[in-house]
Amino acid sequence: MTINEIQDKIIDEFSLFDDWMDKYNLLIDLGKELVPIDPKFKVKDFLIEGCQSKVWLHPGYDGNVITFTADSDAIITRGIVALLIKVLSNRTPEEILSSDLYFIEKIGLRQNLSPTRSNGLLSMVRQMKLYAMALNAKKQIS
Amino acid sequence: MKDIAEIRADFPILSRTVYDKPLVYFDNGATTQKPQCVIDAMNSVYTSYNANIHRGVHFLSDTSSEAYENSRENVRSFINAGSREEVIFTSGTTGSINGIAFSLGEKYIKPGDEIIISFLEHHANIVPWQMMCQRKGAVLRVIPINDAGEIILDEYYKLLSSKTRLVSITQASNALGTVLPLNEIITAAHSVNVPVLVDGAQAIQHGVVDVKKMDCDFYVFSGHKIYGPNGIGILYGKKKWLSELDPFQGGGDMVDRVTFEKTTYNELPFKFEAGTMNYPAAIGMSAALDYVLSIGRENIAAREKELLSYATERLSAIKRLRIYGNASDKISIISFLLKDIHQYDTGMILDKMGIAVRTGTHCAQPVMDRYCIDGTVRASICFYNTREEIDSLATGIEKVISMFS
Repeated sequence: MTINEIQDKIIDEFSLFDDWMDKYNLLIDLGKELVPIDPKFKVKDFLIEGCQSKVWLHPGYDGNVITFTADSDAIITRGIVALLIKVLSNRTPEEILSSDLYFIEKIGLRQNLSPTRSNGLLSMVRQMKLYAMALNAKKQIS
Repeated sequence: MKDIAEIRADFPILSRTVYDKPLVYFDNGATTQKPQCVIDAMNSVYTSYNANIHRGVHFLSDTSSEAYENSRENVRSFINAGSREEVIFTSGTTGSINGIAFSLGEKYIKPGDEIIISFLEHHANIVPWQMMCQRKGAVLRVIPINDAGEIILDEYYKLLSSKTRLVSITQASNALGTVLPLNEIITAAHSVNVPVLVDGAQAIQHGVVDVKKMDCDFYVFSGHKIYGPNGIGILYGKKKWLSELDPFQGGGDMVDRVTFEKTTYNELPFKFEAGTMNYPAAIGMSAALDYVLSIGRENIAAREKELLSYATERLSAIKRLRIYGNASDKISIISFLLKDIHQYDTGMILDKMGIAVRTGTHCAQPVMDRYCIDGTVRASICFYNTREEIDSLATGIEKVISMFS
């Protein structure tokens, strides 16, 4: 599936629920299902600044696609990062850099999360794109 | 005393809904809601007599100057200061502490001198002193707390020495709710001629404050935490200190005579009020103090005590809930964590049920470090809250627990 196909699938899934509580239940489930990050990456180097809860994000790179793994000490945040991973993990740096993440707006994540939390979400996206940019640059040099 | 329905009707915002649910506002420690009379008072400044104070010869300026000075007199009487010269308007508690830290530091502090604060301080009563200590080569000493969140007085007595220049202490902890034993703290400091600054930001809205009886040297608080507007606060100082200290800001209105060679300062209190003061907020704050007096400070204290005791009982009964701060004397704040559930998860779900609480470190990171936690959920209750709202909180917390387990 393309990045946009996955985004559309997520939008469909969230649109099943009218009540915000149900949407949060879905995020909590996603958070619980998130594949655990290797504990050796749960260090300061992989901690994202700008989130009120702690978020660790690690980019694995095989020369072709980036595989993100992540964790957070808050489950809702883990659910949010799980969504981002669904969309952006196992993609080439070019795909990640050119992606337009419209699903965040569409499922109401941005409006319904407090500004500080929303900033956390944007920090996660920014960090993923920064990794993609760095790995892309590295690839072009080598 | 007005009944609770009448009281709640005084605060327009309390009748609104969030996410289609009735608002339950338990973030009063961060800022309180405003009664209609405060909103009206500020509205009437702008609709009837707005003009800069202490400047013009015209009617409007006279009217606003008079309203501003009446507000000062109102504050004086509210805290029972000796004279209006002892009451300085500032931007808030933070502004008051920063000002005193600067003026005191410049005048009296030498390398090796010590300032005593406590473990319970808000960052606003830590960082200004750290900055001053850095400038002056002075040292910050900190009174430790016990597991209940009470300061250990014996340790404080040990810290007091001939090097101590000031004790700056909160009257009540914003993170845990602990009320501090000010009488003992001030008596001990004065016995070795050390002045005391009291941070009243979390205390003045909960009961009677009498600075003369307290005998503190400085008392600071914010308007917005006592049902008044934002951007206004008070620095009370004994006249002896305010006369000796130099201003912490220079500008218009605080001067007597300005030449390029030398400037002489205006008399108290104007010496400490440089530039155009926030007079609409001062006038609004005065209305808020009138409102508090109309309810009665003893009534407010009694009602909040009852609500705190009910909330403590309800929340303590919840398995997996731990309350942080179990001091014998507390303001109506409950700081808590649910076992294995992050404070943001708790706060986020409560929010979706219309319940506003604060999550995080509450600008008191050292307190969190003391308990080895990242933060707490804080429900800060005030007299316009109800037992039913506390029931909603308890139900909300049970719901959070069921969602996350």
